[in-house]
Amino acid sequence: MEATVFLGTFNDADIFWYPSPDLCLYYNHVSEVFGQFLRPHDLVIALTCTVNCGTLYRQVPESFENPPMYVAVMTYLGFGIVTLFGYFRDFLRAVGLEKCHIAREREEQKDFVPLYQDFENFYTRNLYMRVRDNWNRPICSLPGPVFDVMERVSPDYNWTFSLTGKTIDDVINMGSYNYLGFAENDGDFLKTVADRTQQYGLGVCSTRQEMGNLAIHEELEQLVATFLGVESSMIFGMGFATNSMNIPALVGKGCLILSDELNHTSLILGARLSGATIWVFKHNNMQSLERLLREAVCSGQPRTHRPWRKVLIMVEGIYSMEGSVVRLPDIVALKKKYKAYLYLDEAHSIGAVGPTGRGVTELFGLDPSDIDVMMGTFTKSFGAAGGYIAGKKELVDYLRSHSHSAVYASAMSPPVTEQILRAMKCIMGLDGTTVGKVHQLAENTRYFRSRLQEMGFIIYGNDDSPVVPILLYMPGKVVAFSRAMLKRKIGVVVVGFPATPITEARARFCLSAAHTKAMLDQVLFDLNELGDDLCLKFSRRKYSPRPQQHNNNDDTDFELDS
Amino acid sequence: MDFKYLKEYLGWLYYQYLLITGIYVLEPWEQSIFNSVFFSSVAMVIYTSYAFVPVHVRLALNSLVQALLCH
Repeated sequence: MEATVFLGTFNDADIFWYPSPDLCLYYNHVSEVFGQFLRPHDLVIALTCTVNCGTLYRQVPESFENPPMYVAVMTYLGFGIVTLFGYFRDFLRAVGLEKCHIAREREEQKDFVPLYQDFENFYTRNLYMRVRDNWNRPICSLPGPVFDVMERVSPDYNWTFSLTGKTIDDVINMGSYNYLGFAENDGDFLKTVADRTQQYGLGVCSTRQEMGNLAIHEELEQLVATFLGVESSMIFGMGFATNSMNIPALVGKGCLILSDELNHTSLILGARLSGATIWVFKHNNMQSLERLLREAVCSGQPRTHRPWRKVLIMVEGIYSMEGSVVRLPDIVALKKKYKAYLYLDEAHSIGAVGPTGRGVTELFGLDPSDIDVMMGTFTKSFGAAGGYIAGKKELVDYLRSHSHSAVYASAMSPPVTEQILRAMKCIMGLDGTTVGKVHQLAENTRYFRSRLQEMGFIIYGNDDSPVVPILLYMPGKVVAFSRAMLKRKIGVVVVGFPATPITEARARFCLSAAHTKAMLDQVLFDLNELGDDLCLKFSRRKYSPRPQQHNNNDDTDFELDS
Repeated sequence: MDFKYLKEYLGWLYYQYLLITGIYVLEPWEQSIFNSVFFSSVAMVIYTSYAFVPVHVRLALNSLVQALLCH
């Protein structure tokens, strides 16, 4: 082992640097302040540097704390009891003692091959239906920092709903992906959008390849390419379709896709549609990825052992269920070493992280040309709809003619395109307004996360990510939390099984630059009270109340004396 | 005065019991079924331990002592 250099202490963890030709990885030594034995997975600080430049890019720690053992026991207990009652109710329905609300075949068709798989819907029928008043709540205003929710009542325990006609006004919105606050309906800001609507109309009535290629689309593609620092880009009308329709155009049979465990459904669907072989590596785990890459290079395709036509690593910038940020420097080093391609999905991170909002490439200080395919969506930070793929000119020109979305899907609508143009110019500072939305979002994120950790909640994810999942674990508490927060006029999104692992149900808070400190304080106050009321403060780490951290965009704590 | 706080505290404890066992999501008649089954089994466990555990422990100790004495 080469000599290690002790660099210093950061957040009570010791940091060492192991030099190596193309990849420097090191793991922290956990100090006693946490008071319990943490596995290396629990808290990892990894820094990478390239030998040429010699500066360190500090990567903010990510944490995935484990709860005490009794929490897991109680979660399984809760699910077990509800499952037993589910069987009991199914029995009552089968016998006929209870009216059956779910879809059934007609009497004449009972002898046919069954149309509805009863067992697969067991969970939906017996748990989700009981508590589904916490999801799909109708909203009757703009999903800005505050919104209005329509009140619903259900006479038969959530099988049917009826609106009372009243609205719950000024509910603080902690669930919308409104990271930079561009979901607004102010006439002054939207003037250019209105002008373009007058000029182009609302519908394009064609695909990009036929008659739907408007000048405004080309303008936006130029702007996106400039924004990201790449040669060229292409935009699509729908974010989900950007992934699912373009991955099949890039890879096919005989190619290998290495996909992160927690990738979004659009990436998984695109990978499956392409027909390539898919291997899954553990979430953000570089050893797992390296092992798979070595296996791919050494053994080749399954039976013939021919080399793979292409190896594509698919990762996301910010994973929206965990709030974790991808280890991009490590992945870029690995991809260069093993000659693979990288597909980066920045749906949640574009506009939301990085000192000027350019996404995770800027956060880590990497060269955008290192990433082969940069993909993102305009739904989250830009307040519009659609997605883009950016990269080298040859790649984008290839996609223009071979992508299913370009050939068959309707082009992006002009007012939506103008909204993205307006938002992007605002972020880049081109239109003269100095709106510090990215800074405001970073401030809000830091403040919110640090206060939540002090209160004692278990939070997942990177300290820089505006997506904050608070772990609730037990199914009863998940439901009670959502209802109690709505009663206090805060709208949150709670997620349980099957979107998350069965023991890790959570409430996901999405911070916005449009949230004022007063709103955040109100939310934190209610969270504190609810945390005590429902006993949600499971964290066993001791955080001393620190003064609010200030912005530290570019300064790194450690400099190599080279 | 104390009774009010006691009642509130007991109500909060019952709420925690509902949340932890997951009964919170069930309909009231299902909650009553579970509560009756659970509390009757708890009552039976308490009665059994009160009525039989001392007797069993004494008999076990006697036989253990006798076994040791014989050897």
